[in-house]
Amino acid sequence: MDSKFLEINMGPQHPSTHGVLNLKLSLDNEVVVKVEPNLGYLHRGMEKLWENRTYAQVVPFTDRLDYFCAISNNLGYVLAVEKLMGLEIPKRAQYIRVILTEIQRIVNHIGWLGFVTNDAGAYYTINFYTFEEREEYLEIFEEYVGARLTINAIRIGGVPFDIDDKLISMIEKALVETEKKIKDIDKIVTRNRIWLHRTKGVGVFSAEDAVQFGLTGPALRASGVKWDIRKDIPYSSYDEFDFDVPTGTAGDIYDRYLVRVEEIKQSMRIIRQAIKNLPSGEIAAKVPKVLKIPEGEIFHSIEAPKGELGFYIKSNGTDKPERVKMKSPSFINMQSLESMCKGNMLADVVVILGSLDVLLGEIDK
Amino acid sequence: MNIDIDTIIFDVLIPVIKIIVMILFPMIMVMVMLWVERRGIAFLQERLGPNRVGFQGILQPIADTIKMLFKEDIIQRQSDKLIFNIAPVVVLATSLLAFCFIPVGMTMSIGSYNLTFWVAESPVGLLITLGISSLSVLGIVFAGWASNSKYSLLGGLRSVVQLLSYEIPIGLTVLTVVLASGSMNFIDIVNKQNEMGIWFAFMMPVSCVVFWIAAMAECNRSPFDIVEADSELVAGFHTEYSGIKFGYFFMAEYAHMVLVSSLMVVFFFGGGLPIFPNVEFLWFLHYIPGFVWYFIKIMFFLYLFVWIRGTFPRYRFDGLIRLVWKWLVPLSLLNLIVVAIIRMIV
Repeated sequence: MDSKFLEINMGPQHPSTHGVLNLKLSLDNEVVVKVEPNLGYLHRGMEKLWENRTYAQVVPFTDRLDYFCAISNNLGYVLAVEKLMGLEIPKRAQYIRVILTEIQRIVNHIGWLGFVTNDAGAYYTINFYTFEEREEYLEIFEEYVGARLTINAIRIGGVPFDIDDKLISMIEKALVETEKKIKDIDKIVTRNRIWLHRTKGVGVFSAEDAVQFGLTGPALRASGVKWDIRKDIPYSSYDEFDFDVPTGTAGDIYDRYLVRVEEIKQSMRIIRQAIKNLPSGEIAAKVPKVLKIPEGEIFHSIEAPKGELGFYIKSNGTDKPERVKMKSPSFINMQSLESMCKGNMLADVVVILGSLDVLLGEIDK
Repeated sequence: MNIDIDTIIFDVLIPVIKIIVMILFPMIMVMVMLWVERRGIAFLQERLGPNRVGFQGILQPIADTIKMLFKEDIIQRQSDKLIFNIAPVVVLATSLLAFCFIPVGMTMSIGSYNLTFWVAESPVGLLITLGISSLSVLGIVFAGWASNSKYSLLGGLRSVVQLLSYEIPIGLTVLTVVLASGSMNFIDIVNKQNEMGIWFAFMMPVSCVVFWIAAMAECNRSPFDIVEADSELVAGFHTEYSGIKFGYFFMAEYAHMVLVSSLMVVFFFGGGLPIFPNVEFLWFLHYIPGFVWYFIKIMFFLYLFVWIRGTFPRYRFDGLIRLVWKWLVPLSLLNLIVVAIIRMIV
């Protein structure tokens, strides 16, 4: 090794690589010259596994992809299958799906807030505040389907259970609590000088670069691109809700933070509207016991909390898919890590990685 | 030669006891701080913290120590073994040695004998203490270099830059204390505050704040803990250490915190003096012994360490250096000039 740079293998055993990720860093003193993400430590062969399962059996596997927001993965896959079948979903089921996925978005963003401040060196305090909040929502999920982490809450054709008054009051209580907590965290973090020093102007990514690298999700919107699939290609009745798509201007970590906090507030608005206007009726469409889908292929994507989550499904007329390909937001966002890190310091790498909100279960599949 | 019993007691026995007590004192404070820190941080983070071992978990530090003693002591094959083994000792020894000039209380008269609460008294005690305490950087560099690990090396390199930079504002602010008290003897500094009837913190608030910030950086405590930086460098300079050798670094860090709090109390908060030492109607406060006052005061600053750690994110390396060279050094220089001019006039 005759390189004049210091080469460091960051991970897979490292406190802040968000899972089993290996980053090969080249450092000039402390300035990052090269970042090479080395993936595959959590590879479980998901896509191949799905080829040997029926359409309905694939749904629980999707929980394990992005295990921090399982319901969004469920929805992404299920919507693709339904689109391929041409199935019409009852309005009430669509609204319940919206409520569940928006809760999932709040859980993801609020958890992210804790992780990223931890990466910036705030010793777990905000992490514990946010996890206390996340706990409330996990209890809602537990009340709804019985699971807390790998929640399998969406079925092909609808949702497994109806929402009752108890659940609605739990959700409303949790939303009020979250509003308070967001204000508290805002007081500690938003104008904190050290936080500003760690995030302003760090990991800057221009709108053009973001589009070229295919960046998705809050990171894309923080760069100033107003692209949200919920708004632009509405699915699951999102066009019936009134909400804003927050965007940033600078495209740095601080803007990603602000965008995510604003998205939490918008998600609350959506949930409140959904609860208010919850239509009555069936919670699931009629789906045959043995689901055989005629030959064809489909690609459908949704706005998952981490970005654009797409599923490509090719069917061959049997009860099992011939091929399922997943376009995971974490994997796509990971591409831009090197360009964001170049010229920044070693300490910034962890915060930039945190700000992209990657999750290795989704990258390695 | 006649050796009477008084000589043995007053010149041999009592100094030896004092030395033992002053070595044990930081160690016991480490234990206390372990508990205070873990429970304090837990309190800030809305959780319980260790509360199972003994009443409210007060025996947790002992359990931790036993665990550390029994852990396997791993020495990397490619490390520089001699320096690797010396480093923790250097760090801990310098931290403990610096305590010998600290007055942990006021003089107490027992009969005709004046019991003093310091091991040694020297007209240049301040210089020696600062000198010894800044030697601990040597041990950190040793550890970083000898581990033969890149994370450790980066931690060691960072520590040199950080500690050497922050020595300057510390030196400059301590100079203002020397100017105000006219002495480099800790006991004289405390007595001067007694004479003037005001703590130096209220006389020179700028010095006090600058000293506190620089001192936090000196102990590698959050938000200046870039040397250990657990989210970037795993554990910085002590990444490769395990067992009681890691425990040495741990103890040294806490002993350093106690030392810095002690210096803060002696320089700016009147050492073992009660609050408002000269106010007539608060005469009863003088019946509380000096070491109690001292203890209350250092506990306040030690808790401040915990509080700050639980609140702020970490500085980045460049921000840390910018803070010291662009703000603290000019500010403390200006402060020194102002204090010197006022001192000339008054």
